[in-house]
Order: sequence, then structure tokens, then C-alpha cells
Amino acid sequence: MTATVGGRVRSTARPGVVTSRIVANLLLVLIGVAFIVPMLWVLYASIEEGPGLAVSIPTSASFENFRSVLNTDTTYRPILNGIYLSGGATLITVVCAVLAAYPLSRHKMRFNRPFLMTILFSTGLPITAVMVPVYGLFVQLDLIDSVAGTTLFMATTGLPFAIWLMKNFMDGVPIDLEEAAWVDGASGMKALWHIVLPLMWPGVAVVAIFTFIRLWGEFFIPFMLLLSPDLQPASVTIFTFFGQYGGVNYGRLAAFSVMYSLPVVALYILLSRKLGGAFAFGGALKG
Amino acid sequence: MLRRATRGLPLVPSVGLLLVFLAGPILYCFYAAFTDMALTGSGATGNEFVGFDNFAKAFSEPAFANAVFLTLLFTLFSAVLGQNILGMIIAFSMRRTNKIVRAVVGSIVIGAWVLPEIVAAYMWTAVLGDEGTLNRVLEFLRIPGQDWLYSNPILAVSIANVWRGTAFSMLVYSAALSEIPSEIEEAAEVDGATGWWRVWHVTLPMIRRSIMTNLMLITLQTLAVFGLIYAMVGEGGASGKAQTLPIYMYEQAFKFSQIGYGTAVALILLLVGAIFSLIYMRLLNPGKEAT
Repeated sequence: MTATVGGRVRSTARPGVVTSRIVANLLLVLIGVAFIVPMLWVLYASIEEGPGLAVSIPTSASFENFRSVLNTDTTYRPILNGIYLSGGATLITVVCAVLAAYPLSRHKMRFNRPFLMTILFSTGLPITAVMVPVYGLFVQLDLIDSVAGTTLFMATTGLPFAIWLMKNFMDGVPIDLEEAAWVDGASGMKALWHIVLPLMWPGVAVVAIFTFIRLWGEFFIPFMLLLSPDLQPASVTIFTFFGQYGGVNYGRLAAFSVMYSLPVVALYILLSRKLGGAFAFGGALKG
Repeated sequence: MLRRATRGLPLVPSVGLLLVFLAGPILYCFYAAFTDMALTGSGATGNEFVGFDNFAKAFSEPAFANAVFLTLLFTLFSAVLGQNILGMIIAFSMRRTNKIVRAVVGSIVIGAWVLPEIVAAYMWTAVLGDEGTLNRVLEFLRIPGQDWLYSNPILAVSIANVWRGTAFSMLVYSAALSEIPSEIEEAAEVDGATGWWRVWHVTLPMIRRSIMTNLMLITLQTLAVFGLIYAMVGEGGASGKAQTLPIYMYEQAFKFSQIGYGTAVALILLLVGAIFSLIYMRLLNPGKEAT
């Protein structure tokens, strides 16, 4: 088998291409399998009655696990809280980032470069490390358990990267059209709203979806700043799952994980269908 | 003139948020790290300045040295080696595979990135736990298994972090590779440069900037990983073996109520992050191309 492949290879003009194609395909399939195993576990465990930890074909499929977690306290409220927090924060981040990106992209201002360098620098700061002083700050400002305060802080954590991405997307919109509008007396904000944004909505959507996905999975911030169970989003309540039913019920945990993951999976599918995939986002990362 | 002055106005909301919620806490960090602030005990009543005591304590504490070592190990294994190299292998392979394999595997890998941190933690607890999938596979192969979360927690969390973060490197490298003009590689091929030689001497130097950007971002992301490790290993018996700096900081500040000392650890973590950020910013040097 290998010999024939080898023989065929030698006879082609580009030696090694066929072999490398086979190797590349095999490698990717292998990586794909390794990556999908944990996901399959959650799906299987969620529909199996009393599953162990290992991946196995469910002996009897049932929606018992879903039935027992789908109630206000366990699932609906935490998910709704998450939508308020992450959705609100995403909205604030995107609006602020669009506004900030405009002068950075369109005007040559003295502080552009230092500002961009600061933004780039703060994308790198480990937000985790800021959580101790942020907790202190929130205690002193009496903002612990404040959804508004937590939302604003979450929005801020997403802001540096969002500004950076948004500016890169905005740089891709040619400036000629706007210059014509400026000559006609339109203000910068008018030009941004009527000319630039309509041309870059896919970029705005990528930034929004990316920000939301990141904040939806964020655990540490709400874990520290929201103490009442009634206010906590799914990212935190999933963690308290363990104690609630005595021992760990992996079936329910899995069912909850599926419910909690659904919104971001749906957004991801939307992103890849409508916007040419996350690969568009990858392009914006080059800097 | 008025127009010039109002040009910067759209920056105000962003600057305001960043000053209050990012610069503010960082400055507060510089203050609290030099006090004996605590939630309970003597420091709870008044915060006294203690100079560099907190830092002296950190550098003499074996648990702190342990946390630094584990953070380095975690970052090296899961980011610099794991995510970076695996992401690069996937991106390179994708150029030679058929469309369907590429689309399916790409979606799976990005799917792992999209899923929430804590869900990822539970998935890997399930795979690497005592009765987990990995042990079943090993059992089938007649290799004795073990509870990886207890025997080698730093490896377990590194694997989980590679799984979660590889998509990012894959996207960065796919974007970088797609921009290399095919003539250059074809020319190298015509000149007789094949396989590894071509990758090493032609392709990699061309995506050097992307490699640096990527290394910066994933190292900084990995330094800050908290939820994944906290959920997988928690504060249980194995926690000391996977206690990276963020976990150590959390434990000192909130479990032992030593806010001052915890903040000092946070400040060290921030400074390490800042140094990395500055080094890679120099390598990236965005001012040259931008504007």
C-alpha cells in the first residue's frame, strides 16, 4: 500500500504532495476527534439516565435530566441574569468602541498613537489580577451585588480589545465617501452613522458577538461581585451545582451545561453562516 | 477650531470607563499592596502602611514560589507549546486537506473556544477523572489509569486549556498563511526547496509578526486563567499542585482575608503581565504600519 503510494508520488511532478495531503487529512481528523470527545460526553450524559463519567452510547435516551433542571430557579433565572449582564455589557462595549474607533481611525490627532499603544497594552493586562482591588473598590463604593456596577465593569474589561478590533475594521472603510460628506457640511457623527457604519456592520457584528461570547463565559467577575443567588448568571450558578443535590449529579449538570451553552453556540453558528466565519475575525487580529 | 476640539469627544465614554474601572483599580492596587488591609484580624480596623512587607513575605513564602513555578509551567505547556504549536499544525494542515474535513474540524476546534469556561472545566473533569473516558481507554489498552486531577493536576488543567485556547492560534495562523502570496512558495518549490526546509526558511519567517502577536495574546490570556483551574481543581487536596498565581492570590485575599497581601500578589501578576505586554508590543510595533 505504502509502496504504491510512494511509487505514484515519485511519478508526479511535485513529489511528496500526495503523501503530505494524506498525512494532513489524517492529522486533522485525529485532532478533530480528540477535540469532540469531551463535547460528546456532555450531550450523551444529558440524555442518559444516571450516567457515569465515561463517554458511552446512552442505554436509554430520556429528557429526564432536562425536565429536572428546566425551572425558574435552576435554569431560567440564571440564564436571564446572564443575558442582562453579558448583553448589557456587550451593548455598552460596542457603542463605546464604535465611538472611540471613529476619531482614532479618521483623524490624525496627536494623542492617537499613545492612546492606541495604551489600549493595546491594556488588552494584555490580566484582568484576573485586578479582581482583588476591584472587589475592594466595589465594597467602598457600595456596589457589591449591584447588577449595574458589575455590567459596567464587565463592559470595561471587553473595551480595549473591542476598540482595537473596531479601529482595524473601520480602517478598512475607504475615507473618500466621508470626505465628500464633510465638504457638504455633515458632522463627524453624521458621517459615522450614515456612511461608515452601514459599510462596516459585519465588523461591528463580529466585535459584538465576540464580546458577548467572552462575557457569557466569564466566571470570576460575577463570582466576586454578585453574591445573591438571585442575581447570579449561569456561569456562576453552574459552579454551585455541586452542593445543591448532595452528590454531583452529572446528568443534570450536563443538561444544564447544554442549556447554558446554547446561546453562544447559536451565535457562533450565526457568525459563521452570515459573516464568513470567525476567520474574518482572525483577519482583524493581525494588528 | 471648535471642530478640532470636538473631534476627541467620541472618546469620552471609553476613556471614562477605562479610567474608573481599569486605571482606578490598578492605582488602588499600588496603594493596598503596601498596607496590611484585611477583612478580619488586626488589619480590619485600620489600614497601616507596611512598606514592602507584603512583597518580602511573598518572596520568602514557599507557597508563593510554588505558585510562580506552576504558573510558568502552565503557561509554557498550555500556551507557548500547546496552543501555539497545535494551532500552527492545524493551520498548516488545513492548506492541504479537503474542504469538508477542514470545515468540520475547524468548527469543532472553534466550538471548544466558544463554550463557556466552566463548561469546559466540567467536560475535562469528566474525561480526566477517576472513572473518566481517558482511564476507560487506558483500561482497554491494558495500561493502568489514574485520577489525573489528583496525580497530575497541572497537566490536567494544561490539557483543558490547550483544548479551549487552540482555536485562537489556529485563527491567527490561518489568517497569516492565507496572506502569503502563493508565487513565493511556488518559487521556493521550483528552486528545489521542499517540505520542512521550505516551512522553516520561507513560510515561518514570513509569518513572524503573527507568531509574535499570537504568543503575546495567548501568554497573557493564560497568565490570567482562573475559572478553569478553580473549577477543575478547586481548593481541595490537589489544589497545591495546580495553584497558579491567580488561584494563590484569590486564596490569600478572600479565603484568608489578607487583602493587603493578596493585592501585593495581584500587583506582581500585573507587573509580569505588563512586562510581557511591553516586550511583545515592541515586537509588534504597530505604529509603523498603522496610520
